[in-house]
Amino acid sequence: MRKISDWGNYPVIEADVSGFDTTGQLRKKLEMPGEVIAFGNGRSYGDASLQDRMLLTRRFNKFLSFDEATGELCCQAGVLLSEILDVFVNRGWFLPVTPGTKFVTVGGAIAADIHGKNHHLEGSFGNHILSMDVMRNDGSVFTCSPTENADFYKITVGGMGLTGIILNATFRLKKIETAYIREETVRAANLDEIMDSFEASNDWTYSVAWIDCLAKGDSMGRSIMMRGEHAATGELVDPAHRKAPLKLKKGIELDVPFRFPNFALNKLTMQAFNFAYYNKCRPGTHQDLVSYNSFFYPLDAIANWNRIYGKRGFTQYQFVIPRSAGREGMRKILKRITDSGLGSFLAVLKLFGEQESFMSFPMAGYTLALDFPISFKAMELFKELDAMVADYGGRLYLAKDSRMDAAMFEKTYPNAGDFRQAIAMLNDGNTKFSSLQSKRIGLTS
Amino acid sequence: MKNVLILGATSDQAQAIAKKYAQEGWGLILAARNMELLDPIASDLRVRSNAEVQTLLFDATDFSSHRNFYDALKTKPDAVITVFGYMGDQDEARTDLDEVRRTVDVNFTGAVSILNIVADDFEKRGSGAIAGISSVAGDRGRQSNYIYGSAKAGFTAYLSGLRNRLTKSGVHVMTVKPGFCRTKMTENMELPGALTAEPEQVATAVFKGLEKERNTIYTLWMWRWVMLVIKLIPEMIFKRLSM
Repeated sequence: MRKISDWGNYPVIEADVSGFDTTGQLRKKLEMPGEVIAFGNGRSYGDASLQDRMLLTRRFNKFLSFDEATGELCCQAGVLLSEILDVFVNRGWFLPVTPGTKFVTVGGAIAADIHGKNHHLEGSFGNHILSMDVMRNDGSVFTCSPTENADFYKITVGGMGLTGIILNATFRLKKIETAYIREETVRAANLDEIMDSFEASNDWTYSVAWIDCLAKGDSMGRSIMMRGEHAATGELVDPAHRKAPLKLKKGIELDVPFRFPNFALNKLTMQAFNFAYYNKCRPGTHQDLVSYNSFFYPLDAIANWNRIYGKRGFTQYQFVIPRSAGREGMRKILKRITDSGLGSFLAVLKLFGEQESFMSFPMAGYTLALDFPISFKAMELFKELDAMVADYGGRLYLAKDSRMDAAMFEKTYPNAGDFRQAIAMLNDGNTKFSSLQSKRIGLTS
Repeated sequence: MKNVLILGATSDQAQAIAKKYAQEGWGLILAARNMELLDPIASDLRVRSNAEVQTLLFDATDFSSHRNFYDALKTKPDAVITVFGYMGDQDEARTDLDEVRRTVDVNFTGAVSILNIVADDFEKRGSGAIAGISSVAGDRGRQSNYIYGSAKAGFTAYLSGLRNRLTKSGVHVMTVKPGFCRTKMTENMELPGALTAEPEQVATAVFKGLEKERNTIYTLWMWRWVMLVIKLIPEMIFKRLSM
């Protein structure tokens, strides 16, 4: 038994955890009675990968094949996206989709069907999976793809690990000329401005905005948009960069060495941070060349940044609402958050494109993600926000969630009932794969 | 291109060593007992480095197979590293002679059996390098793991003798004594951070050590001093300590 939690350090549980190196070992573990859930690198925020018995996938982390001609990579599901970047960026390849941290496993990326700053053009991670192998409850290995065992594929992408243990996956990497991003930052004085900015940025491959949720009144929603394109060699200015366009100098890694006391994060410190961040960016539009690390993974440079939230932990409230409800809905929800004063250290806004998948989070519309230290007040606020999100036809991101109730889930995920039936059928009525989350939101009994 | 033969290639330390040699442009001959474990390790190395990687079945305790195993190698290696080992269960070994035998067979007899064959070949060729992964546990017997410790002590003595014999033939032999290392063997142990090496540190130490023809290396420098202190404690006192 070991104490374990996901990235939000909430909840923390005692669990029986063990890893595996081969499919044979995994099969033996599945033969033992009781329910299990796969646990990758613990970067989902809540309890989606927590359970009394957890199967750690990180040891199952080998590259199996790579085709230099097509960029097709096949790897075991415990491989981290950071490991892929370490090996392939300097050979001129990049991930088709990446979230805001590179420390997630491929298996986790599929199970949560993660999205990135290019969702409006290139969809979610699951959209890029050409094929994968999954071990079912009976130990059999199922190969599935959009054309082979397509139904099983459909419910495994975004299926939160409830259909089986993902063993390996094949997907295509994206060709790049340099390890740099041509970044444009645009300062927006309020919510209207930033939304205009998103509408106008649809041609950019990558776009995202940081919102200051503490700014009120006329400047509510003041934010900084960052949009980017992979830089071509010819666009690099520094001759040293041009000479080795795919090599980055080793950056400095900072570490948060211990959990902050709970009082360290208060309104004052957060306001100071948000103010400093906003004012660092001058008004107007600015161009810059930045490394892929600083563009995609600014927080990864600070190892264990989750510890600043102290021992009680935190949660990230991430919702999406349809584009039609976007302006009005976002204004109302944001106002409720700013009024609460519980506002967040980090708030990220993004406009998603169309998404056709069974259980995935994204939909064409606006998504906002905010961190909240765990508190009674915050929990009360979330209930109000849930109601607003549901009314606007939106939903919450399961990979971030640790507290939504079953009714909210049922209301906001149109395929919830079908998914529950499908996993029950797969397991002949005997649940094998379940998490604290799947029980809480009523996906498994 | 130079080739390294890694015996017991599926352990975490062996994998890290293989990665290091692949990065340095060596060809790899990986040998282990469990091919289901070894095959993906080899694929991984090929994808990462475009290195030439061969995989072979090798069982340290199947002594009679060792001659054929080595003779069958198409390319004879320039360096051989034995990484296999068996920690065993100290309490079990106190009463169960089979457990003792397993511990000695893997850590001592198995290693000696294959290295005898390698040593003859290297001696004839007048070149080559051998690294044996022994253990700090062999430096002085302690009640918590003296069966394993005495097998490793035997192996350490063997390596020192082999070094003495082969130096004049231009063959170098290095003894490696990793202290605590974060591997699957120690996954559930609480290890002292400062004294615990990552497998990558062990790998770098082994590679550099062989390049510089070091005789005995402790993979973290502190261990040399820790073990020196442990060795220097007078037996009168040592025998009363619980270590």
